[in-house]
Amino acid sequence: MSMLEVKNITKSFGKVEVLKDVSFSLEQGQVMSILGSSGSGKTTLLRCINFLEDADGGQILVDGECIFDGSAEKKLTAKEIRANQLHFGLVFQSFNLFPQYTALENVTLAPKLLAKERPDYKEKKKEIHAEIEENAKALLARVGLSDRMNNYPCQLSGGQQQRVSIARALALNPKVLFFDEPTSALDPELTGEILKVIRDLAQKDVTMVIVTHEIEFARGVSDRIVFMADGVVVEDGTPEEVLDKSKNAKTRAFLQKLNEN
Amino acid sequence: MDFWNVTLSLLAGLENTCLIFALTLVLALPLGLIISFGSMAKFKPLAYLIRTFVWIIRGVPLMLQIIILFYVPGFFLGQPIFTRFSSVVAAFVINYACYFSEIYRGGIESIPKGQYEAGQVLGMTKTQVFFKIVLMQVVKRILAPMSNEVITLVKDTALARTIMIVELIQAAQNFAGYGLMWPLFYTAVFYLAFVGILTLLFAYLEKKLDYYRW
Ligand SMILES: Nc1ncnc2c1ncn2[C@@H]1O[C@H](COP(=O)(O)OP(=O)(O)OP(=O)(O)O)[C@@H](O)[C@H]1O
Ligand SMILES: [Mg+2]
Repeated sequence: MSMLEVKNITKSFGKVEVLKDVSFSLEQGQVMSILGSSGSGKTTLLRCINFLEDADGGQILVDGECIFDGSAEKKLTAKEIRANQLHFGLVFQSFNLFPQYTALENVTLAPKLLAKERPDYKEKKKEIHAEIEENAKALLARVGLSDRMNNYPCQLSGGQQQRVSIARALALNPKVLFFDEPTSALDPELTGEILKVIRDLAQKDVTMVIVTHEIEFARGVSDRIVFMADGVVVEDGTPEEVLDKSKNAKTRAFLQKLNEN
Repeated sequence: MDFWNVTLSLLAGLENTCLIFALTLVLALPLGLIISFGSMAKFKPLAYLIRTFVWIIRGVPLMLQIIILFYVPGFFLGQPIFTRFSSVVAAFVINYACYFSEIYRGGIESIPKGQYEAGQVLGMTKTQVFFKIVLMQVVKRILAPMSNEVITLVKDTALARTIMIVELIQAAQNFAGYGLMWPLFYTAVFYLAFVGILTLLFAYLEKKLDYYRW
């Protein structure tokens, strides 16, 4: 059984069909990269899976359990959506850190709020908070920011901010971590530090879906590569199959163009 | 009338000035937030209704609103239902809540969508996103326009004398009956001190929130 199964997702904005029929599945510990030209619907796909957009049709299954069904009569309640979102983590292109909190507070905020729903929260508040802080510190250490924990986002470089946002997403133990072009808002000399963190996570078997334009990075880190064009999955295979041996005209044109730049 | 007697009378008037000021702030600050939510409601008829209300309140002179609130209910019911003081406070609260609501709305709408989305994908509820993420940022953004409004409020309290409430200006005006004009000019000292304190307070708040930037 796949950890994540996305079936026939469709999404239109007004008359524009952005996702025409997107399906893929992902095994535990797999890393999948999504490539595709600008406007092909990559961001929209991640947003639909993370319930930031309401897909028009299709299904999303986590560990075989259906968490979204576009054909269902009843819309999901806010509570159900919230529970579903906790299966996943999303790292944004523009970080979206909370400016009024330190790096550490950015990482602990959501877990602390979530802990309030635990039945033993009242009795064990102190232990729970201590545990959350420990975990957050460990995560920040893992992304190389032990000495920056108490800095505010405005005091951090773009690369450091993005690493905090990765730690923040990991703090809730998502089953799948999604990245939407995590390096494209960064100066070229800072992309390396983010890619390194992601490679590290891949080695520790974190299940990830990465939208990226860094082909060589995708080749190195991914078990699978999906190529999207005009709202459909054109190709889905190993890096070698998609990047080197593709027979598809669209894929080859896309790769050709990237090589020229 | 010597200087101290005048000062004491003016201080008595200042008490009403301060009371109107404080009550207006305490009540209009939260009410303004509720009105701003209404004006941003997804249910459009409600949003338009609230915006029309805000337009009327901001479009009619406060002095007129005070008069209407005090005299009109009494006119229809045969007897006044509010005391002079509560009519004045009610008029001020409604008027300032409407001004505040527009400042809040501007502040709330200026927070990038990504802040809400980041909170949402971390499993926070709408309420948590608003109070834990958005509100603090809104406060920082609206501090300057709010300080303007609050300072204007200090001086607007003088409108309470329209329906015979003895606030600072009216207390001074009472001396004019005895041919004393200088107490009226003397009130400026009180206003200046009041506004001076507020200015310092806002400067302090601004500094407190200066620990982060966007
Ligand atoms: N909220 C929206 N309303 C209307 N159209 C939208 C909206 N969001 C995205 N689109 C449109 O959907 C299409 C796909 O956008 P999307 O952002 O998913 O592409 P992308 O593959 O992520 O591109 P890029 O590589 O530039 O990030 C675009 O044509 C875009 O204009
Ligand atoms: Mg995109």
